[in-house]
Amino acid sequence: MSKKTTATAETKGESDVGPSAHRTAPANAALSAEQKIGLLRTMIRIRRFEERSLRAYQAKNSQGGTNIGGFLHLYIGQEAVAVGCCSLMGPDDHVITAYRDHGHAIAVGMDMNPLMAELFGKTTGCSKGKGGSMHFFDPARHYWGGHGIVGGQIPLGTGLAYAIKYQGKQGAAMAFMGDGAVNQGAVHESYNLAALWDLPVIFVIENNGYSMGTSQARSSAGELARRAEGYGMAWGACDGHDLYEVRATMDRFLKIAREQSKPAVVEIRTYRYRGHSVSDPDNTYRRKDEIEEYRRTKDPIQVFQAALIAEGVLDAAAAEKIDEAARAEAETAAAFADASPYPTVEDIQKDVYWEADHPAERKSGGRLFFN
Amino acid sequence: MPVLQFREAIRQALAEELTRDQNVVVLGEEVAQFNGAYKVTEGLLEKFGPKRIVDTPISEAGFIGMGIGASMLGVRPVIELMFWSFYSVAFDQILNNAANVRYMSGGLINCPIVIRGPANGGTNVGATHSHTPENVLANHPGIKVVVPSTPYDAKGLLKSAIRDNDPVMFLENTILYGDRGEVPADDYVIPLGSADVKRAGTDLTIVTYGRPVIQSLAAANLLQQEHGISAEIVDLRSIRPLDIETVLASVRKTHRVLIVEEQKPFCGVGAQLAFMIQDEAFDELDGPIARLSTIDAPAIYSPPVETEQLPNIQRILRAAINALD
Repeated sequence: MSKKTTATAETKGESDVGPSAHRTAPANAALSAEQKIGLLRTMIRIRRFEERSLRAYQAKNSQGGTNIGGFLHLYIGQEAVAVGCCSLMGPDDHVITAYRDHGHAIAVGMDMNPLMAELFGKTTGCSKGKGGSMHFFDPARHYWGGHGIVGGQIPLGTGLAYAIKYQGKQGAAMAFMGDGAVNQGAVHESYNLAALWDLPVIFVIENNGYSMGTSQARSSAGELARRAEGYGMAWGACDGHDLYEVRATMDRFLKIAREQSKPAVVEIRTYRYRGHSVSDPDNTYRRKDEIEEYRRTKDPIQVFQAALIAEGVLDAAAAEKIDEAARAEAETAAAFADASPYPTVEDIQKDVYWEADHPAERKSGGRLFFN
Repeated sequence: MPVLQFREAIRQALAEELTRDQNVVVLGEEVAQFNGAYKVTEGLLEKFGPKRIVDTPISEAGFIGMGIGASMLGVRPVIELMFWSFYSVAFDQILNNAANVRYMSGGLINCPIVIRGPANGGTNVGATHSHTPENVLANHPGIKVVVPSTPYDAKGLLKSAIRDNDPVMFLENTILYGDRGEVPADDYVIPLGSADVKRAGTDLTIVTYGRPVIQSLAAANLLQQEHGISAEIVDLRSIRPLDIETVLASVRKTHRVLIVEEQKPFCGVGAQLAFMIQDEAFDELDGPIARLSTIDAPAIYSPPVETEQLPNIQRILRAAINALD
């Protein structure tokens, strides 16, 4: 019954509330000026990191080769989602996401240097150059990736919640996915397990409107988060351009997850400015003016920066300084990545088996590798 | 020494590890209240309670993926697949997530999970329930693959698998579940990657694993009695890691090799073994390496014909004689 009430309350309040309506929500009322500026700074750092990585992707390195290979799925436009959610993490909370994972990495506190170095495929990267753009990890910061297969990380996130509950911790897992993941079977199997066993997991749908080049209208029936009702799970939806709103919404569900060990599905409506990946020409499935309209009216950094200036927390000069520092930090990270060494051919077979990497503690015999 | 059924030996390994380590949890379809589809987990719910012995819905991708995620945080799930054939609906979880997460995280994350259950033909359940995926699994670096043939080996290998910090796929056989053998009641382990010479011989090395070990032992007795041929049986026990040294030592002794596998031949375990034997002991071979596999088609239902599709004592006997021609 309470689940139904929650659902109704969440859907009612979605469209007509501006930033100020959520500024006084418990999660936000407690923020100091310094903390608010910190949230803005993290969003700006994500954007400047990604813009710098795109320039590196498009440029040749000093030897005339490629700086960054493969895919580069940029998060630009969605920053308030990762920052809003991850800024609420408590000591026993955990995060996992899909392949558009740079924003979450910075939001949980990872430094730009190992992230940029990972994009460059260098041994100083967060995964020693073995994961790449889609596979950032930092378990010490409770960040469990960074996963390449659409929806494949959702059972893992459910397992993080299972472990939290099994170990008697008062924590929650946030399992992020895009709107394109909601039709994968693994996601629905996870919904069922989480609801069946009361696991403390929030399934966060970052709905940027397009699963690659297919719009939500052409891929998914019904309201995405409402599917939770079929599993007797609470759900909510909110706008993702307003950092205050993201925090206010997620705070409520996180508290329920931590205190009552209950799962939920939360859809956060957002928008990506860039193509699905850098190879996406982005001219077949949406119009440029759609992007420009969102950028002009709902850019999450501009919205929050304007709010802080209006609140008197920040002035334009201070905002400019934050931006300059973020650009400089990204530039330093690119230089660090460029100067770092590549892994060696010998490194290819390291980090495959725990046992092979701990020969003194190895218990098994025989060969683990076959060349 | 106590004599136990194969299924009881596995159960004893589970019970001992559940007692030893509070992080060990057993999950799977029908493992708790139903006492296991093949009664392997019988009595464990009563002994360890519903937190440690967990019935799952029929949802392999969901609960295997969940187990992998939980293992990243230090839980040590032992997950039962009612049939290994059902791994295909959890393929992404096992072979993208469990196999790769350590690598893609640059060694920061471990995945200490065991997935176990039967993987065999010969029970007339048709092609969908008769897969033997040890070759597919072992083709993925990051994964370990174990196939025991006796109750003693099953207990010792499963205990090693549960203590292992890497993901271990443990492939059993429904036809062996009732087999009896001596199993010490004490806490012994058998290291993964250690092959076992199940029968010493001088004329021919039969390299095999799983149920064909038992069939090869019977065939070896007939070879000795009726043909005066002395066959040595090497039971691999573990596919990855692979104890090729024990195989090569036997080849250096007998100079003739027959590989027997309950696998389809194309890109099977036997193909890898044949490559390694010729690569590392070419000069020791007095003839071509012979191989007996399951006849290369989906598993046929028809009961008497399925027996002929799989390795059996008569097929092994003929293959051994041909190998010495």
